Amino acid sequence: MTDEIWKREERAEFALRSLYHRYGYAPYKMSHFEEYDLYVRNKDFLISDQIITFSGAGGRLLALKPDVTLSIVKNAPQEPGEVQKVYYSENVYRDYREIMQTGLECVGDLGEYEIAEVVRLAVKSLGLMADRYVLNLSHMGLIAGVLNSGNLPAQAKRQAMDCLRRKNAHELKALCAGQEQTWRKLEALVSYRGSGAEVLPRIAGVLTTQAERQALEELESLWQVLERTGCAGHVCLDFSVGSDLRYYSGVVFRGYLEGIPASILSGGQYDRLPQKMGRKSRAIGFAVYLDLLQESGQEEGIYDLDTLILHDGSVDTGVLAEAAEQAAEAGSVLVAKAAPRGRSWRRLIQFEKGERVQ
Amino acid sequence: MDTLNIALPKGRLGEKAYAMLKACGYDCPALEDPGRRLIFENPEKGVRYFWVKPSDVAIYVERGAADLGIVGKDILLEYEPDVYELLDLKMGKCRMAVAGKKNFRDPVGQTLKVATKFPNITRNFYNTKCRDIDIIHLNGSIELAPILGLSHVIVDIVETGTTLRENDLEVYEEIVPISARLIANTSSYQFKDQAILAIQERLARQVEETR
Repeated sequence: MTDEIWKREERAEFALRSLYHRYGYAPYKMSHFEEYDLYVRNKDFLISDQIITFSGAGGRLLALKPDVTLSIVKNAPQEPGEVQKVYYSENVYRDYREIMQTGLECVGDLGEYEIAEVVRLAVKSLGLMADRYVLNLSHMGLIAGVLNSGNLPAQAKRQAMDCLRRKNAHELKALCAGQEQTWRKLEALVSYRGSGAEVLPRIAGVLTTQAERQALEELESLWQVLERTGCAGHVCLDFSVGSDLRYYSGVVFRGYLEGIPASILSGGQYDRLPQKMGRKSRAIGFAVYLDLLQESGQEEGIYDLDTLILHDGSVDTGVLAEAAEQAAEAGSVLVAKAAPRGRSWRRLIQFEKGERVQ
Repeated sequence: MDTLNIALPKGRLGEKAYAMLKACGYDCPALEDPGRRLIFENPEKGVRYFWVKPSDVAIYVERGAADLGIVGKDILLEYEPDVYELLDLKMGKCRMAVAGKKNFRDPVGQTLKVATKFPNITRNFYNTKCRDIDIIHLNGSIELAPILGLSHVIVDIVETGTTLRENDLEVYEEIVPISARLIANTSSYQFKDQAILAIQERLARQVEETR
């Protein structure tokens, strides 16, 4: 009964919060607005630059929060060994839309364990929302290493990133004309996709620089952890996942559920954001876009109501109330004088001229 | 077997694209039978086709109503949808170009007035050149604009150049070559990967063979 009234995204939100709580993440509640200045200084980090602003007391320019991460990172711990683990469930405002977002952030003195834990939690988050799910995993250090190893001009590097993101091998090849080695590496990144066992050794074969190998080693050890913890079956190495190199430095990932047309989970390691804010910390996190669950068009039930009680006002209120109580025990009930528009019901009880007629 | 929803662009490009798909073994007899139906399915081959306006193909694919689509590169550049661009089909070839009256010279001292159906492509092109422009967004008969003095130049698709020649216009500068592309929804690619890869490989082989 109570299960029926939860929408799919609400059920998911509670399941996710409970998952993060179990792994020691603390809830994080932020205020509805922040100083606009915080967002404008880190505009490129935000997915949308359509920030809703207004003047606060004293003429300060405030913004409705378009993002939660910046506020968390702003106060990231800097002491050696200290790590802050938080989760949030907040509405954010982008392009004049209110978007429900749940996610977690892990900031501070991060090590290999924390990185793997966040990736594992991303996999588990997807598993709580659907039976079939995939987490695409990539590494910005590896992509940057490959792009910087050749002689591609800055403009071509940006275009190459875009081609990788779109799995556009044909234009990527044209961009690398005359740079055979760079093309061999990028060809591997754009075409290999699958488990760590399948993909990593093949990529290792084409890499040449120290930076590339270091990123690959990070992926290898991460993959081993995912295998040991039973998460690897739902993870797919796919280098079309790419984020802004100015912020993201390590693993990046994107999660998909069957039947949802866009990625519902997105995250990665963004050490460069706290560094840009002058803090000596590292950071990794992800967000789940729960509003996408609404779009899946899942019919909750064939009927909106179990019982509709129609009356013309002539029947004794006590009789009406009794009938309503009885019906409510079996399911949902609406008492009305006229049939509600646009809703459907399983059973109809009708009172006319003081008597029950149906 | 997963059924793949494929959005085809109405018109000649879509017909050519279907011919390629048919030659690869993804035929659908219902589609060849003209009528008023909108959706055509061949369950044996695991495909379901539908015709949509060419500029809408990318929207159907991005939003997941179609798993795959065939679309001109011009549409991808103009709308920048979040889709995978899996293959250049090397057909429907033309180019996006700047055209003006014969012997046109760029009035470098003033804002360049550009008439076009493709404001995003136009803006991106002139941004890279740091040229100040005024975009006049038209929906058709773009060639009229420079003739009537509405704009200095146009940015449009040029196939053979016949329309331009007949109106005393000529290509001033090429922006980018255009051809048809196979695109995929990013989420479908995760769950119908084998069916999508199979189509992609067969089409790629055919593109190679016809070269």
